[in-house]
Amino acid sequence: MATLRPRAPGRAVRRDGRAALLYLLPAGILLAAVLVYPIYQLVLISFYDYGQPQAAGAAPLVFLGLDNYAALVSDVQFWTVLAKTVGFAAVCVAGSLVAGTALAVLATRVRALPRMLLFLAALGAWSTPAIAGSYVWLFLFDTDFGLVNEVLSGIGFSGMAHHSWTFGTVGAFGLVAAEVIWCSFPFVLVTMYAGIRAVPGEVLEAAALDGASTWRRTWAIVLPMVRPLLTIATIQSIIWDFKVFTQIYVMTNGGGVAGRNLVLNVYAYQQAFAGQEYGLGSAIGVVMTLLLLSVTGLYVRTQRRAGQEGAAPWR
Amino acid sequence: MRLRPTLPALAALALLAGCAPTQSAPAAAGGDEQTGTLRVWLFDEASRAPKEAAVKEAAAEFEAAHSGVHVDVQWVPVEGRADKFSGAFNDSSNAPDVAEFGNTDVASYAQTGALSDLSGDLASWPAGKDLLPSVLDTAKANGKTYGLPWYTGVRALYYRTDVFAELGLKPPATLAELADDARKIRAAKPDLYGIATGGKYTYAMLPFVWANGGDVAKQDNGKWTSTVESGAAATGLADYAALLKDDICPPSACANLTGTQSVTAFAGGKAGMVIGGDFNRKAVEQGTVQGKYGIVPLPGTKPGSVAPAFAGGNLLGVFGASKRHGLAVQFAQLLAGPEYQEKMYAAMGNLPTLQSVQKKLAANDPSLKAFVDTLAAGTKFVPAAPGWSKIDSQNVLPTAVQQIATGGKTPAAALSDAAAAMNKNFG
Repeated sequence: MATLRPRAPGRAVRRDGRAALLYLLPAGILLAAVLVYPIYQLVLISFYDYGQPQAAGAAPLVFLGLDNYAALVSDVQFWTVLAKTVGFAAVCVAGSLVAGTALAVLATRVRALPRMLLFLAALGAWSTPAIAGSYVWLFLFDTDFGLVNEVLSGIGFSGMAHHSWTFGTVGAFGLVAAEVIWCSFPFVLVTMYAGIRAVPGEVLEAAALDGASTWRRTWAIVLPMVRPLLTIATIQSIIWDFKVFTQIYVMTNGGGVAGRNLVLNVYAYQQAFAGQEYGLGSAIGVVMTLLLLSVTGLYVRTQRRAGQEGAAPWR
Repeated sequence: MRLRPTLPALAALALLAGCAPTQSAPAAAGGDEQTGTLRVWLFDEASRAPKEAAVKEAAAEFEAAHSGVHVDVQWVPVEGRADKFSGAFNDSSNAPDVAEFGNTDVASYAQTGALSDLSGDLASWPAGKDLLPSVLDTAKANGKTYGLPWYTGVRALYYRTDVFAELGLKPPATLAELADDARKIRAAKPDLYGIATGGKYTYAMLPFVWANGGDVAKQDNGKWTSTVESGAAATGLADYAALLKDDICPPSACANLTGTQSVTAFAGGKAGMVIGGDFNRKAVEQGTVQGKYGIVPLPGTKPGSVAPAFAGGNLLGVFGASKRHGLAVQFAQLLAGPEYQEKMYAAMGNLPTLQSVQKKLAANDPSLKAFVDTLAAGTKFVPAAPGWSKIDSQNVLPTAVQQIATGGKTPAAALSDAAAAMNKNFG
């Protein structure tokens, strides 16, 4: 490394910078090709009236400026769908974090065999393709032939005999949220399990000797130590759950009765891409990217601040 | 208003205005070579083998008649067709010479300028005069014909003969009678839907609009406007929504059903009636109602009348960039001609578009009669406007019907929203 030999600091920095640049170049080129350029095109297309005729070169391009965005924000349905998406994603994120963390704690407390069974079940849910999972859940909760209704009416809830789970707005969202949580909690489980396992035993032992209660040890030692992992799990969940498409599309037949179970991604598909209005679709994509970036940015910032404050766990 | 944050935004806009998103070059002009490979795109279907066999036979016949020509057939999945066709429109070197596509896609495909106008070829084709005019109309956009009608699909009324006999009912003669019969069936047999009418079944709704003498849109001087807000169209849609009631087809079960799901419910023995297509017969035959159903044309508002059905169907088009235009047209004419229409009916049960072939087949197969009669009574088509595919994919009409059926909105409010959404898409 450059620091091994004494050298004028300015030159060393420059040499370092050049080396770093060289090392980063391959990744940089790849990122530019698969990330920067598509996003650049996405933003560009969102300023145009860009449909299939324009893509095929059969119609002239018309620069619209911010018209696509104006059309979007002046659409009442967009705001309704956005609000529902935020609520739906929040429930899914909270649900998968709680379920995943609780099961991770459980996994650290049980013997090897039940733990293995727990992990096998979780991995099974995790590896099920979204479409297959959605259909299995639909079959289970089918109005006439579903197992759930049969069991519920069998044990005395006769009102549930022909209950339609996907009809009501809240019911349909609840069912889809349950499916989303079912297939996304395993990621949280695995991450948090690894995090909890990585907390050094001697630290916990020392705290116990100092007279800290289990609650106190969890709150003051384990939680700060797994916080970075929790942050990652939360951000991942926010990004995934905000972008849910398959489950809503399959389980509510493309957005529920009269579109009352639409989320942003399905709405974008229906409004823009199925109708080949790529300009408007790109505008929705840009808005979604900005929203997710700002949510994640805010979250990372608050977590970093909280992490610094909590750096000394034995206050 | 603060000026500072808007300045960089304006600068960025100015910068962006300087460059433009990528566009492909307009399709190259085609040629008329008489040898080489003729590329053909046909839709892949659930049980493709019989279709493939018939097409292979046609290809062999064509290759024998034209030396030096090879017919290369590729199977396009129906669900993925949008991507495949977009690719062909964007890059004419990847486009086929002949392609099968749905007639509801004609208006939006025509807009890309990639398809050949076949009006001239059709006029000189002997079988062209045998085509039903209403079916030929579905191949047109802006007065030009973009495909040869290969087969058609119409819907009629399937009903349970055993249930009707048990309750002493006759097949309904009017739409009002249909609603009454449906109510009686559900009252007598609460585990059946009187008629399975999906809230997302657009092609079952439209005949109600047309039977009342209305339409969903009208064209004045080339500009389309919605007409669902009032009059006959509003009556028709309200009549359809009235079937989605607890005493016929409960909204909690039916409001979100698509056409296929409605037919599945009937085939599974869960409904007394359903509006289904000739292409659904196989599915119904394989269901539990096998041998216990009949088919009649969907009645209109007056006894003896038939509600105009939606003239769905597939066309064979020729790409403008084809280097073998003449061969492409000839192969399309071979497949869409009387001999292979009959073979395709035998293979797939696809209803022919040529009147002479229809008559011949209906004479041998009485279950076809309802569909042929429906075709003969006159069919209708969705607005031949590029905006229609957007209206369709945005579920504009189903949403209005669902809102009326579930009481989420008054009919007037739901239909005025639908009209606004339609007009926005017509542009």
